[in-house]
Amino acid sequence: MADITPKIGAYISIAKTSLQAVFDNLKAAGFTLIGPTLGDSAIECAEITQTTDLPIGWTQVQEAGTYRLQRRSDQAYFGYAVGPHSWKRYLYPPTLKLYTVDHQNGGFTVTPATPATPQYAFIGVRPCDMHAIAIQDRVFLHNGFQETDYKARRQRAFILAVNCTEPGSTCFCASMGTGPQIETGFDLALTEIPEIFLLEIGSELGREMLTGVDWWHAGAFELQTARQALTAARSHMGRQLDISALPNLLYQNLEHPRWDQVANRCLSCANCTQVCPTCFCSDVKDVSDLQNQQAERVRVWDSCFNLDFSHVHGGNIRPTNRARYRQWLTHKLASWVDQFGTLGCVGCGRCITWCPASIDLTEEISAIREEGTR
Amino acid sequence: MNSPNGGPAPIKPNQPAQAAKPRLAVFKFASCDGCQLALLDAEDELLALAGQVEIAYFVEASRRTLAGPYDVSLVEGAITTPEEAERIQEVRRQSRYLIAIGACATAGGIQALRNWHDIDDFIQAVYAHPAYIDTLATATPISDHVQVDFELRGCPINKYQLLAVLTALLVGRQPSVPTYSVCVECKRRGTTCITVAQGVPCLGPVTQAGCGAICPAYRRGCYGCYGPTEAPNMDALGQRFLAMGAAPAEIVRLFRTFNGYADAFRLAGDKLEEMDRTSVQRRG
Repeated sequence: MADITPKIGAYISIAKTSLQAVFDNLKAAGFTLIGPTLGDSAIECAEITQTTDLPIGWTQVQEAGTYRLQRRSDQAYFGYAVGPHSWKRYLYPPTLKLYTVDHQNGGFTVTPATPATPQYAFIGVRPCDMHAIAIQDRVFLHNGFQETDYKARRQRAFILAVNCTEPGSTCFCASMGTGPQIETGFDLALTEIPEIFLLEIGSELGREMLTGVDWWHAGAFELQTARQALTAARSHMGRQLDISALPNLLYQNLEHPRWDQVANRCLSCANCTQVCPTCFCSDVKDVSDLQNQQAERVRVWDSCFNLDFSHVHGGNIRPTNRARYRQWLTHKLASWVDQFGTLGCVGCGRCITWCPASIDLTEEISAIREEGTR
Repeated sequence: MNSPNGGPAPIKPNQPAQAAKPRLAVFKFASCDGCQLALLDAEDELLALAGQVEIAYFVEASRRTLAGPYDVSLVEGAITTPEEAERIQEVRRQSRYLIAIGACATAGGIQALRNWHDIDDFIQAVYAHPAYIDTLATATPISDHVQVDFELRGCPINKYQLLAVLTALLVGRQPSVPTYSVCVECKRRGTTCITVAQGVPCLGPVTQAGCGAICPAYRRGCYGCYGPTEAPNMDALGQRFLAMGAAPAEIVRLFRTFNGYADAFRLAGDKLEEMDRTSVQRRG
């Protein structure tokens, strides 16, 4: 055991069993750990306390519209791709009370909701999801205004990232330049190789969370093993998306017949937007009591696939499946660039896997690319 | 306009307390009473409601009944007999606002399954003295008979939605209930999709939210209790279930339950049944 703590930027190795000591440090520092765990039928995100809560020895098979859990032949801790949940539900919760309004003395008073901000440690943030968080940061923090609840949650969050050595069959982060290796934004970044975890120290807080943990400087062999695993991962992505000529490819094909074909299959159920780690649209709902003395305003996740979303004065501007699907895809892969300076897609593949109609955006884009105007 | 203290203008105060309270009535037609029970089940809010409205006619709750007219009538149940077809006309005449509540009142309910069969066969099979039975050939929603001001879906309805509708009417606001899919509620509560992860056919993508996505949370496919969404793509969902290996008859049965006679579900079920029949004939 080395008795000095590693420096920021250092690569160290720990025995897999030592991860529990990192968890214990995080808990002692007041963090609630959120990480992957085995649900009824998928690897979900939930509160965890022990490394044994992780889906050790499990993986999954994903295809468009299909997800099945599977046993692994080994005892890997992180041998699976992203599941149905993303960190969005913890940084930007699906339902959030904003304020209460009370009738008082002929006027009204507004009382903002002031919930205690949770202090989360996210365990197992994949590179695609790290990029998704960075995209939501741009939307909520660096876009001329700040989303205060998001900011408070985000500033307190600890990120233990995990590099992807086994991408899923709907993954395409290599195409999007968002994986399989994490580059920035983490406190600790872990790469799982046989018998050990290789850790990169990303922050002072990350360094502190290694206090009392048995570690050694990563050796050349360990570094090389990790590098090879990530190189291999890059070359066996389940999906590919050619992003050349985006966003113009979509702008020049707004009347492509492919939009009609996909509209025939699309259920307008909004699943793609709800599982997407970058989709950020919300609505506010007011609920008043029967005496009309008190009202509450609640923020809820919304979707461009819900009809009310595009209802404006005079009617609905996107009354068809075609219009709604086209809006979603052109926002993700075209107008997002104009709006925020990056694409809105990180290649996590959730919208492909969790579409009950098995629509695959990589197929849609390649169809438009092959038959469309360039 | 600013108030004297520089704050925003005051919200318009409520009606003076001495003003007559709006009169509420609850009527039952062919139904199981479950939607009326949703109102009684709103225990915490019931006293507050009784403070805001005069409950003038609600035989499930009180033997005291007052004659019309009523400001708001909640109507539960489908129209299944000649007597009901007449009585709903009188309810309409006595009501300023008529709100149809539940799957029976908005789509005919489970008893509308009779609409695909010969009612006389049922009468002969079920009743010892068929001559005593005076019924219509179909079970139909209230809106097939009279003008309905608002339809609140569900089997049964959600008591919070009912209270929201009543609150909206009390303050003169358009009632607002979500018309998007059950999937949105599933995702908000964090339920893993059972169609994707378990291959279970689920009506969630074409069914209106409102229940809070209860069934998928207990690993059951959605039964469509809240009826079709605002824009249901029934054909696409049917095709997807076929591709997942479901038999056409199984899908037709899924489409035809509590809201089977709602337009979108009915047309999709009929179409699938017809396609299945012609393909069987072709194979035969």
